[in-house]
Parts: sequence; structure tokens; C-alpha cells
Amino acid sequence: MTLTLALVQILNGLQFGLILFLIAAGLTIVFGVMDFINLAHGVQYMVGAYLAAAFTALTGSFVLALALALPSALIFGLVLELLVFRHLYERDHLSHVLATFGVIIFLNQAVKLVFGAAPLSVPVPELLSGTVTLAPGMLYPVYRLVVIGAGLAVALLLYLTVNHTRLGMLVRAGASNAPMVSALGVNIRLLFTVVFGVGAMLAGFAGAMVAPILSVEPGMGDNVLILAFVVIVIGGIGSIRGAFVAALLIGLVDTLGRFFAPTLLRALLDPASASQTGRAIAPMLIYILMAAVLFFRPTGLFPAKH
Amino acid sequence: MADVPGVSGNDEAEPATSMAGSRRRGQVLPIVVFAALALVPFAAALGGGDFVLALVTRTMILAIAAMSLDLLIGCGAMISFGHAAYIGLGAYSAGILSSHGIDDAFVQLAAALASAGLFALATGAISLRTRGVYFIMITLAFGQMLYFLFTSLAAYGGDDGLSLASRSTIVGWRLLESDLALYYLVFAVLGGLYLALRALIASRFGRVLRGIRENPVRMQAIGFSPYRYQLTAYVIAGLIAAVAGWLLANQSGFVSPAYVGWQRSGDLIFMVVLGGLGSLSGAIIGAAAFTLVAEFLSGLTEYWGMIFGPLLILVVLFARGGLAGLFRSGS
Repeated sequence: MTLTLALVQILNGLQFGLILFLIAAGLTIVFGVMDFINLAHGVQYMVGAYLAAAFTALTGSFVLALALALPSALIFGLVLELLVFRHLYERDHLSHVLATFGVIIFLNQAVKLVFGAAPLSVPVPELLSGTVTLAPGMLYPVYRLVVIGAGLAVALLLYLTVNHTRLGMLVRAGASNAPMVSALGVNIRLLFTVVFGVGAMLAGFAGAMVAPILSVEPGMGDNVLILAFVVIVIGGIGSIRGAFVAALLIGLVDTLGRFFAPTLLRALLDPASASQTGRAIAPMLIYILMAAVLFFRPTGLFPAKH
Repeated sequence: MADVPGVSGNDEAEPATSMAGSRRRGQVLPIVVFAALALVPFAAALGGGDFVLALVTRTMILAIAAMSLDLLIGCGAMISFGHAAYIGLGAYSAGILSSHGIDDAFVQLAAALASAGLFALATGAISLRTRGVYFIMITLAFGQMLYFLFTSLAAYGGDDGLSLASRSTIVGWRLLESDLALYYLVFAVLGGLYLALRALIASRFGRVLRGIRENPVRMQAIGFSPYRYQLTAYVIAGLIAAVAGWLLANQSGFVSPAYVGWQRSGDLIFMVVLGGLGSLSGAIIGAAAFTLVAEFLSGLTEYWGMIFGPLLILVVLFARGGLAGLFRSGS
């Protein structure tokens, strides 16, 4: 029974980690290629979730909503790039932090104005709403398995694109030396814009995928953004491989920590204070992990080579 | 840290390079600011009353925190995105001790300074091993760590926060129950810390810190350890922000994890940049402009963030040098 429970938690951790990867991947490419800190990346995840919710209500089909939400998230990212971010690339990191902070404040309120402050819920598509028996006595929701599958598929697609296509080659080259790539006749502005749009779309995809399992509400991107930062700092900024490893690590540590910390502490403390301390320590675990990683490797696990 | 260009304007802090004339101009602004603040209670007594007094008190408290952050960002080019954590430590020192019946200001302040000092020493020691964007993000993460710690303190209100039964007492004396007394205490602390920070920035310590900002390798080559100077500044800034937190808890009669959220840290950075990096009176003006604009807009509409957010972007894009820069532009 405990083993089954542990397996379910591992799957939950994996699912959370893959969602984090989808968000962190865009964040880390944008930073790696453009040296741009985008705090507003979390609201792009929120926008993805709201788009999925709105289109589901409109069309009645989650799959159709997803198909509409993806290009919408892409366009949304491009508009943001055009209006705000494009004017900030040449500026220092402090300006990036502040201006994108302004974008967050604006969009969190805008979403509240348009959709209301109350959380929206998106029904799990009927086809995927059941559970499957993974092992005797171990049931797992189909939809969460689909999220895991989709996350892995996108990770693979991203790996192939970055490592085996011309666009990927330019992205990698841009990450190590943007002026040189520009001097070789590549339209670096266009490349930046494309990279930015794809990053926004990945975050939007993550938001749309979690819409049926989480509540869609204003500010939902803020905490996820911090987690995505933890992921890319642990993984090494600009490294997609690092983001993948770190996202799974964070997803598992967070999910398993919340689940097992009270249980483990019960061996040392009485039940009441064990669950109290466990609840206090569990959300801090990933930050402790990050501090430990940075203490030994100040540039993360897989630092991008320059 | 080479990624923070344009943080060279030090009106109060660069006696060697500024001429006598611009130096005198640099003195005018703080004198005007402090004279105006000293007179606020009289104006409040004529009209506006308690609301104005409370608003200006809160503004001055935030100004204390913004000044301490300016020591880090403006003087040391250490962009800490977790500075609200120290406000939280100061505020919770008041809240937690008060809930156990310990209302003495000195005991609470000692707890605030001890906890903030230790937290700054431990997290600063790790954060300062990193550079640039890693530093921004790791300080952000440490701030969030504390945020989650406070939300999980079920015994002290958890998510909902904690109301203080009464304001702190000074050796048993309930002086601070009077809003006017609290106002002048905050005023005195702001003035005292302004002078202290000004002296610190002008001192050898401050000059080394600014030297490290410009070129850490060269400072190391001539025999200074950048790490130790930066860590010392980091701890000092944390201690000052904790005092602000303790005052904030007393002023509002309430502490909550919301004081510590990363958005609060973002607000503080914005105040410093709005006022003008590297200028202490700029930090005060920035805090004032921030709170007043936020107060005005939130009175205007529930969705004031939709105006405030774009305003912030415009300030970043067009008002380089901040508000203090406007006063200096003639020189």
C-alpha cells in the first residue's frame, strides 16, 4: 500500500516537474540567447490557462480549445515582445526586472477585470477523465498521464529542434555569441522574436495543460515563475538539458517532500509537532536544495559554455 | 558586477568628485524633504487628520527600507530581490513576541536584529558566491523561502497573518499608543539612519564598496576582499530593513506573510530606482512617490494595477536617473 502510494507520488512529481520544464525551457532560452530576464514569463503561463478556459467555454471542446490557445499564446508573446521587451534588450538587468514586473502587475489585474477574481475551473475532457490501473490496487488519472506524455513529447521535440535543425543551430550560436551570429548575416532581431514567441507558447501550453487540474486564477503564474527560476538557476542558465534535469528534480523533491516530510519526522517527533514541522519544512526544501547546489556549483549543474 | 551600468550618480556620496556648488545643491533636497516631514503632523492636524498621519508614517517606514536597499543596489550593485524578507523578520519579531505577552520594544528589536542579522549572514554568504543574474534569483529564492516559512506558522496566523494586541512598550511605558509619538519616532529613526548611511557611504568602507562596484578585480588586486565588504554591507542593509519591519508591525498593528512576498521586494527595488539609484534622499522620495501614487490610484479604481503597471514600464524606459536626477539635472 505504501509502495503504491509512493509510486503515485512519484508520478505526480514527474508531472509537476514536466510542467515546470515547459515553463523553464522558454525562460532559459530567452535568457541564454538574449540575456533578458523576463519576470513576466509566469503571466504567459497564466494567460495560457485563461485562454484554454475561455476557448473551452466557447467551443465546448478542450482539444479544440488547446488548438486555439497555442497560436493565441504565441501571438500574445509576440505582441508583448513588440510593445515592451524589444525596447529593453540593450538595457541592464535591473531595467528588465522592473519593466517586466510592471507587465505582471498590469496583466494580473487585466485578467481580473476580464474574467473576474473568482477561480475558473475547466472540466477534464470526457475522453481522458477516467483512471487506469497501473498495478494491482494502483489507480491513476488518465489526464495526468497525458500531461506526462505531452511534457515528454515536447521535451523531445525541443531537443531535436535545438540540436538537429538550422533554427536550433542559430539559437545555440546566438546563445554563445549573438554579435558574431549577427555579423554572419543572420537577422538576429527576427531570431530573438521567434525565440521569444516560442518561449511564450511553451509557457502558454503548460498553462493550458494544467487548466483542468488546477484552478485558473489571477496571479497563478507568480509562484510558478519563482519555481521556474529555481529550476534554471539549479540547471545552469541557458542550458535546456540543465532545465530538464533540474525541473524533474524540483518536481520530485517538492511533491515527495510535502508527502513524506511529516511521515519521516514522525520517527523523531510526536505526531502533532511532526506534521506541523513537516508542513513548515516541505515548501522550503527546494530552496534549501538550490542553496546547496549553488554553494558547490555557483553557476548551476550544467553551466552553458561560453 | 558589470551588468549595472549607469549607477554612478552619487549626489551625497562623492565628495571628492563633486564641486562645491553641486554639493550645496545636493544638500538642499534632503533638508527640504526632512523639513516637510517634520511639519506633516501640523498640516495633518489642520485637515486630513489620522489618515494623512498614518499614510506618511508608512511612507517613512518604507523609505527606511528603500534606503537600506539603496546601499546594496546603488552603492554596491548588489540587486537583492529578497529585501522584503528582512521587513518580514522585523515585523514577525514584534508579532510573535507580542503574542507571547512580550511587548518591550528593546526585546523585540533585539530579536528583530538578531534574526535579520543571522539570516543576512547565512543567505548573503551563499548568495555572494554568485554573480549578476544568479544573485538576483538566489536572493529572490531566499525571500520566498521565508515567505513559505511564515505562511506555514499556523500558531501565528499562517496565511492570514497575526494581529498585535498592542503596540510595543518602552520599558513598560505605552508611549507608542499615540500615533503622533509613533510618527516622530519613525521620523527620528529615518533621520538618524539617513545620516548614518550617508556617513557610511562617504567613509572608507563606502568608497571600497563603490570601488568593488566599478571593478572588483582591481579592488582585489590592491588588497581588498570584495566578498567581505559586500557581505558586511548585505548584513547592514538587512538590519536596517528589519528595523523598518518592526516599525511597520507597530504602525499597522498587523503582520502577515504578504509583507515578505516577492512582489514586496519588487516594490522596494522600484522605489529605489524611481527615486534615483545611489541617492539616499532619492530613495526617500521614491518611496513617497510610490506610496502616494499607489494610494491615489487605488482610491480611483479597483483595477489600479492596470495603470500602475504601465506607469512602471514607462518610468523604466524613459526616466533614467529617477526623480532625484530631475533635481540634479541643472548641474
